[in-house]
Amino acid sequence: MQNFKPMLVVAGLALGMASAGVAAADRAQVAVGEAEVMGEMFRSFNPQGQAGLSRLRQDDVQKFCSTPGWQKQKAHVKQLEKEQLATIKYPADGKLLGSWQAGERVAQTGVGMQFSDAPGSTAGGNCYACHQMSAEEVSFGTIGPSLRNFGKTRGNTEAMQRYAYGKIYNSQAYSACSNMPRFGHSGILTEQQMKDLTALLLDPNSPVNK
Amino acid sequence: MFRKLVKGCLLATACLLPAIATAQSAQSDTVKGIERYRELLADGNPADLWEARGEGLWKETRGSKKASLETCDLGKGPGVVKGAYTELPRYFKDTGRVMDLETRLLHCMVGIQGLDEAAIKRNAFGAGTNRSDMEALVAYVTSESKGIKMKVSIVHPREKESYAMGEKIFFYRGGSHDFACATCHGESDKRIRLQDLPNLLDKKDAQRAYTTWPAYRVSQGELRTFQWRLFDCFRQQRFPALEYGSDASIALTTFLAKNANGAAFNAPALKR
Repeated sequence: MQNFKPMLVVAGLALGMASAGVAAADRAQVAVGEAEVMGEMFRSFNPQGQAGLSRLRQDDVQKFCSTPGWQKQKAHVKQLEKEQLATIKYPADGKLLGSWQAGERVAQTGVGMQFSDAPGSTAGGNCYACHQMSAEEVSFGTIGPSLRNFGKTRGNTEAMQRYAYGKIYNSQAYSACSNMPRFGHSGILTEQQMKDLTALLLDPNSPVNK
Repeated sequence: MFRKLVKGCLLATACLLPAIATAQSAQSDTVKGIERYRELLADGNPADLWEARGEGLWKETRGSKKASLETCDLGKGPGVVKGAYTELPRYFKDTGRVMDLETRLLHCMVGIQGLDEAAIKRNAFGAGTNRSDMEALVAYVTSESKGIKMKVSIVHPREKESYAMGEKIFFYRGGSHDFACATCHGESDKRIRLQDLPNLLDKKDAQRAYTTWPAYRVSQGELRTFQWRLFDCFRQQRFPALEYGSDASIALTTFLAKNANGAAFNAPALKR
C-alpha cells in the first residue's frame, strides 16, 4: 500500500507540498498561494440558506490547521492552544453538570448549521458520529477516541468537569487542530447543552459510565 | 420496476439486523449484509437505466441548433466516448480551461446544441420525476470507461495549477464546524457512525473511491455524479453551496482523479 501523506517542504520563500508518492514531480512545480485559494473558494460557492459566504473566511486557527505539516511548528502550536484556552467561558452559575439524559439526546442528534437545515433550529453535537460512548449505541464512529467509561476511569472531580466542559467548548485549547468542532466558541451548542454533555461524560449514572 | 426491487432488498437486509445480539457481531454482520446485498444487485444495477437514457440523449438531435452530441470532444477527439472519462479532468484548448466531464458536457450542450446553460445547471441533480439529463449523460459516458485504467495527466500548466489548488482545497478548514475534506478523509480505517470513510490520501483508498463514482444511490433512488458527491460533502461540512462546475469543484476533482491513476475504472457503481 502506497501512502502519499503530504510533508511540508520549503522552496525559497514559498511553501510548497511534496509527497513520497507518484505525484511528487507534479506537485513541487506549482505553488498556490493562500490568497489564490481563498479567492477560488469565494468564486466557487454560493450562499444558501443559513450558510453564507462568510463561512469560507478562515480565522487564524483554521488557516494554520489547513497547512499540512503544522505539527512541526511547535511554538505556534503552543501559542494557539494558549489563545484558544483563553476563549473558554464557563457558566456564570458555576454549575458544570446538567442532565445526562438531555446530553444523550444532544450526542445522538446531528442536525444543525447545514444549508439544508431550518435556520434557527437547535443544533446537535452528533458525538456518536465520531465517538463510542454508551454500550447500547453500537452505531458509533471512530474519527475521535472512544469515550466509553469516560467518567468512571477519570473520576467526577471538579477539575475533570472543567476539563470536559472546556474540551467541548473549545477542543483546540487542549489539542491544536483537533478534528472536533469548537462547540461553544463557534456558537454551535448552548451553555445548557454543553452542561448536559458534561453530565453525559461524567455522571456516574450516565450510560457512558455503565 | 428496478426501484421496487431495490427497496425490497433493502428492507430484507434491514429486517435481519434486530436479531443480532452483541455490538461487535452486529457491526460485522452489517458489513456482511451490505456486501451480500451488493452481490445480489451486481447483475442488475439500476444505473443501467440511466446509461440507456444517456446514450439516447447523446445521439438525439436536440436544442435550438438541432444537433446531437456526437461531435462533442471530451478530450480524445470529436465523438470519442470510449475511455474519455479516465483522462478527465484535462485542459481544453478551445476554452482555455481545465474541465471535468460535467463541465465539458455542459459546454457541448450549450455550444453544439444551443441548450440553456442555466436550466441544465439548475436541474443537474435529479429528484423523483424531475429527471436530470446530465446524470443520464454522465452515466452513459462513464459506462464507456468501465475496465479502463485511470490515466489523468498533469502536464499543462493549468492542469498543474488545478491539481495544486485541489490539494489545498482538500485541506481547507472552514465553516462553523472547522471541517475540511481531510477531517473525514485524511486517515485510514475511520468510520462516521457505521459508514467506512476512505482515506483519500492513501493510494488504494483513493483509487477505490474515485473509480466507483458515479453511483446509483439506493437511499435516494438516483444516479449521482462526482459533482454531486462534492456538493453534498460540502453541505455536510457546513460550507455554502458549491457552484456546479466551479473551478474549485474541478480542482478538487483533478486532485482526486489523478490520485486514482492506475486503477481500473469501475462505475457507474451501486452504493447504499
